[in-house]
This record gives sequence, structure tokens and C-alpha cells, in this order.
Amino acid sequence: MTTAIGAPLDRVDGRPKVTGKARYSADVPMPDMAYACLVNSRIANGRVTGIDTSEAEEEAGVLAVLTHENLPRIASQPPLVPSLAGGPAPGETFFPMQDEVVHYGGQHIAMVVADTYERAQHAAALVRVSYEESPPVTTIEQGRDQAYEPDAIFAGFIPGRTERGDVRTGLSQADVQVEATYTYAGNNHNPIETSTTTARWDGDELVLHDATQGVNATQLTVAALLGLPLSKVRVKSQFVGGSFGGKAMIWHHPALAALAARKVGRPVKLALTREQMFTSCGHREVQEQKITLGAKDDGRLTALRHHKLSPTSPFDNWAEPSLNAAGQMYACPNYEGVYRLFRANTMTPTFMRAPGDATGMFSLECAMDELAERLGLDPLELRLRNFADVDPASGNPWSSNGLSECYERGAARFGWHDRDPRPGARREGNWLIGTGMAAACYPVTPPNTPQRARARLYADGSVVVQASTPEFGTGVATAMAQVAADALAVPVDRCRLEKGDTDFPQIAAAVASSGAGMISAAVHLAATALRDQLIAQAVADSTSPLHGANPADVVVRDGVMAAGSASESYADLLRRNLQPDAEAMGTWNPPPPDTPYGMATFGAQFAEVAVDPELGLIRVRRMTGAFAPGRVLNSKTVRSQLMGGMLWGLGQALLESNHMHPATGRWVNSSLGEYLVAVNADAPDVDIEIIEVEDGVVNPLGVKGVGEIGQVGANAAIANAVHHATGRRVRKMPITIEDII
Amino acid sequence: MSSSGSTLTERGPALEERGPGPVNVTLSVNGAEHSVRIEPRVSLLDALRERLDLTGAKKGCDQGTCGACTVWVDGRRVLACLTLAMTCEEHEVTTVEGLARDGELHSMQQAFIEEDAFQCGFCTPGQIMSAVALLGEGHGDDDDGIKEWMSGNLCRCAAYPHIRAAFRAVRDRD
Repeated sequence: MTTAIGAPLDRVDGRPKVTGKARYSADVPMPDMAYACLVNSRIANGRVTGIDTSEAEEEAGVLAVLTHENLPRIASQPPLVPSLAGGPAPGETFFPMQDEVVHYGGQHIAMVVADTYERAQHAAALVRVSYEESPPVTTIEQGRDQAYEPDAIFAGFIPGRTERGDVRTGLSQADVQVEATYTYAGNNHNPIETSTTTARWDGDELVLHDATQGVNATQLTVAALLGLPLSKVRVKSQFVGGSFGGKAMIWHHPALAALAARKVGRPVKLALTREQMFTSCGHREVQEQKITLGAKDDGRLTALRHHKLSPTSPFDNWAEPSLNAAGQMYACPNYEGVYRLFRANTMTPTFMRAPGDATGMFSLECAMDELAERLGLDPLELRLRNFADVDPASGNPWSSNGLSECYERGAARFGWHDRDPRPGARREGNWLIGTGMAAACYPVTPPNTPQRARARLYADGSVVVQASTPEFGTGVATAMAQVAADALAVPVDRCRLEKGDTDFPQIAAAVASSGAGMISAAVHLAATALRDQLIAQAVADSTSPLHGANPADVVVRDGVMAAGSASESYADLLRRNLQPDAEAMGTWNPPPPDTPYGMATFGAQFAEVAVDPELGLIRVRRMTGAFAPGRVLNSKTVRSQLMGGMLWGLGQALLESNHMHPATGRWVNSSLGEYLVAVNADAPDVDIEIIEVEDGVVNPLGVKGVGEIGQVGANAAIANAVHHATGRRVRKMPITIEDII
Repeated sequence: MSSSGSTLTERGPALEERGPGPVNVTLSVNGAEHSVRIEPRVSLLDALRERLDLTGAKKGCDQGTCGACTVWVDGRRVLACLTLAMTCEEHEVTTVEGLARDGELHSMQQAFIEEDAFQCGFCTPGQIMSAVALLGEGHGDDDDGIKEWMSGNLCRCAAYPHIRAAFRAVRDRD
């Protein structure tokens, strides 16, 4: 048996990425390319009363100016359904430039197309717009009084209220209660590649090069919006320059690029500007969460109440699912989780890395730290005492767990047990030193539709597997070569993934850490089917040395099938039969929603901070994370993704915040100069341990994914470390200088 | 940057007035001369990407905050989005496409692969151009220096510790 799976192989797309040869969606050259630039609303609520495009139209090179007065109406507005479900997945149930109403600041209100980017950009500045403005509602203070409890959020997948046991009874049984309110700044994804679509019409067929987490999601959404048959929309995406949820749903620009290209009869490139990235592809919503914990003197939880309040758009009931993992984390018989929303002048919020659980687990894990302090218990010991033997949400057994090992190994690597529990006790010069920890949990969410891949073996022994998924940094091409290699028992360097094209077998958008699990499932099944097919062919072939062998007795090593002393390679079998290749499809049917298991990924986070209490500076000196993500397909790329997630936790804890101007309803820091993300100088070295756990439920290879779990809890570990350093509880993210001095 | 004596900002002999319409501009990129007809407002980044099909340098912000467009002009790292193309006439521009020699990767490119110093790869051309330049700038002797002098290149995948590892590997080998 080869064992390519798990090996720390270098990325197969490393060379194109380090040489500049990798083509992203803005890098696809086309003859006669035209460029589209968007004009955005300067008000957040009201309507456009006049839009004068004459000056823009007179500029040299301008090919078209489109507004609500002349943009074609969309054919239909699909409902908002998460892209993992496998259908059309608009980011919001609103399409701009259909009428004069302005719902949020930055809304697209015009589009200029010109023969060069510079001319389009300049002409866009010459579109004169007059408005009738009404006061906007954007902040929690403005909307709190109008809050309502929705029946469901998240396209109906998640109820607005969840209860188990009776939380009031649980609180009455408690010896100790902790109640705290946590506030969260809104966040923007800010992948370094801005969302970009290059659109080209080939007769009545539309070809899009789109920066997306799912080419089929783009295809399905654009086809619905424009009223096109699916067979007439092809979407390609070879490389995507980061996403983090910002390209998980399909926003307006792919359809707008297609409409622009149809209007001018040329290929059109529409690349959002950095500023437009703040108002064109959703965000993590500003929010407030209130937690009430009840516990016995020994630390066992008797009650958990978790309420969230956040703004949503005028169109959709959307909140990131902040109560999911926090409701599954600990054994607690009495639980109440409630989402409350209010309508605001904002676009519909959306997924952003560790959607929901980056915030919900922050609240819970900071509250647990407070509880530990109240009880005089070590924070890790408190968590061990509340370990959930079964999924508290369903009562079902876990498909796999590994949390205890994560606690144990993480604590050992970090040196947790040497900790002096007293806050503010450790000082080095001007710096107060503190350590903190938190648990991590992220639910495993299977896709809703069958996932497919194709495996093909050529007569030279090389293997191609095909699946529509794009590559946005996860290392999918490398990992899937490893999966195919093991299933077919061929050397990994003979295997290659072809990807990023709707002409390949359908894979749902790779979101919510689901990509590695669902794509590996389809690739594994396709490659296994191909292996079985080739073995069956050989034993039935009277000219094969394997003729007559029992297929179950045939083993394959390095592409050679063998039964006893008889053997033949795949390649020889095909060549003798004059077959250029052989191929098979694999279709994976994901576990249904009523699967009787709790499915989640667990981990433990540890952080050490240094705080200068006079200057308010916080420096994260080191981080340790231990995670149990099921099977690891490539230990090198998996570590990198976990590390990136942990450093996202650092950014969320200390840096990231979009600021809303309450009077104008517009973001005031829509740039990478003012919306702070972690830079090299912010990022400490990160220590990671991976605990492999077997999981026979989630998918064939037991892969639970690592895109989110690295981030969950990392922010709370840092906040708890800040408390340990200073004695100060900061119940907000990000924690900034003003909170410390 | 520590380099002194910026030939880029020195006032040259009396310059003829060109533009605002398209003008002929000659650019030397990766050792090859290219003639492009562009408006004076065209940035070096857009000239490279949209006129010369050299798409290695990336547009991440177009306002000098992300570093994805980092290239060299006369061996110094610059932000191509904030540099007008026509100011680069008579200067030598080097992009990531010009780093490998005869198909052999620069040791920094190889180290980025080995250390897994990227995920999505979008910022990588800029990171590598900065990292190779930093080798010669004299600020990369310790991790604090690398951190500071590589902080102009954002990596949203947060591969920073691995970027430092790649830099150290090349620094300590060469």
C-alpha cells in the first residue's frame, strides 16, 4: 500500500504561484478586453432622484454607462440559500440597479464600461448622482428597539430559538452564576485578491472567469438571474486569491460583468476595488451576545443562556450562526439560545471564516474563564469537568471527538500547568505577562447534494482526477492527488487534479471546512471505482496473467495488479487492449441531516501575551493549538491552514474592526490602511499539534476539515491571557489600546 | 528603505510635455524592451498587467497598502500601483517573472515552496520580490528585522511565520 495521504508534500501548484504564472480571474488575457467600473451610492437610505451620465458618456473610450434606467431587469431572484446546499446562492435577495431605491451605503448604482481601465475609472467619477436621503439605521444602538425574534435564520436552516431542558430551573439549581455581555466589531474578509469576474460571450454561451469558492454556485446563480439555461453558462476558476467566505456566496458582480459584456459586445473585466470590497460581498455583522452560565460549586454547568442581537439587511433574515458550536461544546442539561435581529441599512451579512463560531465561542470561552476564576478552578480543569460525552444538542454519540487529547497535548506543549493563576502576577520590565486558554469547536456540516468526481487512468500509467472545485489556498490539488494515489495504488507524482471548471463533475461550494471532506469523498470513490473496474477487466481478460483470479485477491502496488505470482500493470492491461485510457465516476451521497451522530471538530487553544499597561500595547508572544480534525490529507498544508486560522483569531482579537459612521450609514475605514489585518510584525511563531482521530461517519476518509477550527477559540485564549496579564476583563473584540490604558 | 541616492526622484534634463492622450512609452522589463502606447496616468502595475501580460504582480488595493504589486525598479522594491509607468523609462523593471533564470527557480522561490510560505499564492509574487530585496538591504539579520521589513506585504492567509522561515533559509544558506 502506498500511503500518500497524510504525507507533508509540497504544494503541486507551488511553482506557478512563486513564478507569477498562476492565473487568477483578473489575469486571463482576452483580445479586445473592455473594463467595467462600478459607481456606488454615497447615501445609505433613500433613493436616486437623478443620474446624469452625459459627461461620462462623452469621455474618450467609454463604451457604455449602465444605470437603473437602462440595465436589463433580472429574470428571477433566487432565494438566499447557503452555497453548500448546492443550488443558486445569491449573497442577498436583492439585485442592484433595478430601481431607484437605495438600501445601503455603497450599493451599486451605475456601471461604466470603457476600452481601458483608466478611462472606465475616470468616467465612473463623472457620473453625477442626486439623492433624496432618509436617516439610516446601521448601528446596534439605533436598531435595538426594533429588534425581533425571527422564526429562522440562515435560509430557514437554523431556528431563531433553541431550547433544551429548562434554563430557569437550571439557573435556580446553580451555586454560582456568571452573566456577561460581549460586543463584536463587524469584520470584512479582505482577501488580497478583490472579487473579480472576467466575462465573455461566445454567441449565446456565457463564459465567466470568476473568483469564487464554487464555480457551480456562480453558474447556477448567474443563470437564474439572467434567465439562461445552465448548459449555456460555463464558469472557470483556476486560482482564487483568498476568500475566507467573501467569495462563498455569489454577489452581484458576476451577473453585472455578464450584462456589461453583452451590452458592449466585448469581453469585460470587472474587478472590485478595495473600497468596494467593504460593500459588495457581505461582511461579518456587528453584534452583541449575552451569556448566562449557571454552575454548581464543583464547576458542573447547570444552565447556559446565550442570546445574540445583530443587524440584518432589509431583505433577508441573516445572522452568522453564533450559537451552534457554543451550544454543543459542554454537557449542560438546560440551554436556551435566541437570535434577535433588526432591519438595517446594510447589505445582507454573510459567512466569514469560522462563521458564527468565532464569535459565539469567544463569548462562551471568556465566560468560562470568568466562571473558573469565580470558582477558584483552573480554566482547563473547569472544561474537563464539563466534557460532553455525547452531543448535548442531539443526545447522539459523537462521530469522533479527540478533545481530551487536544487539552492534554496542547497544555503539555504550551507549559500550561506551570501557570501562576493570579492575574497580574508576572512582569518583565514594562510588560505584564499573561496566559490564557480556550476550547475550540466547529460543527461538521455535510453538503446537501451528491458530490461527484471523475478518475481517468491513461495507458502511460498517469492519472487525472477531475472535479469542479476551485483552488483558493486550501491545497486541494495536492491533497486530491494524494487521495487518488492511495485509492488507485499508484505513485502520487503520477496523479493530478483538474479543477475549477463547471465542465468537470459537480462539487458544491467549498465552504464551512467542508471542502476536503466532500471532495476527497468523491475523488476516493471515483478512483476506487476505477481500480475495481481495472481489476475486473484484468481477471476477465483471457490474455491477462490475472485471468481467472478472484478480484478480492488482487492487490495493487505502484500501479501493478498482483494475485499470487501473477501480475500485470494497469498500463499493460490498457495497452494490450489498445485502450488509450479508462475512467470511472464517483458519486458521494453525504450523510443526511438525521444522521444519528453529533459531528464536530474539536481543539484547544493557548496563548501568551505581553501587555504594556501604560501604553496599552498588547503583543501576542506565542500561540499553541491542538486540533482533532479527523484524517489529515496533507500534514504540511493542513498545518499551514490551522496556523492561518489561529492568526486570524489574533487579528480578530486585537485588530479587525470596520467602523460605521452612525449618521451617514457608511463605513469610514474601507481600506487596508485603516481596516487593520495582522501583518508580519503582529504574527508570532505558532505551535501546532494535530491529533488524528478516526471518523467513519462524516465521509469515506473521515476528513473533518481545518479551514475554521484554527480560528475558533484563538481570540478567546488571547482575551483570557489579557485578563491574566492585567486583571482586566475586556468583553469586546477587538481589544484595543483604549481598553487597556 | 535604507537605500540612498534615489535616481527615481532626481530631476532630469528638461522633459518634454507628453499627454494627456496616449503616448509611446518604452519600458525595459526583465531585460527586454517593450513599447506601449498608454496615457500618462497608467500605473506601472496596469502597464505590466494589462499591456504586457505580465500578471505576476497583483492588484490587491491599488493604493499602496497591501504590497501585492511589489516589483523592482533598478533593483529597489517599489509599489507598482503607486508608480506611473512612464516614470520608469530608462530604468530597469524586474518582476517576479524575471526572477527564475533559464527555468531554474531563485533560491527564495524554492524556499517559499519548501517552507509552505503561502496558501492562495496571490500575495506571493510581492512577498518574494520584497524578500529577495531585503536580503540586500541589510535589515534581515534577525526575526525582528524580518518582521518589520516584510510588514509592507500583507498575507491574508497569514503565512507570516513560514515567510520568515523561507527568508531565514535563504539568508543562512547564501
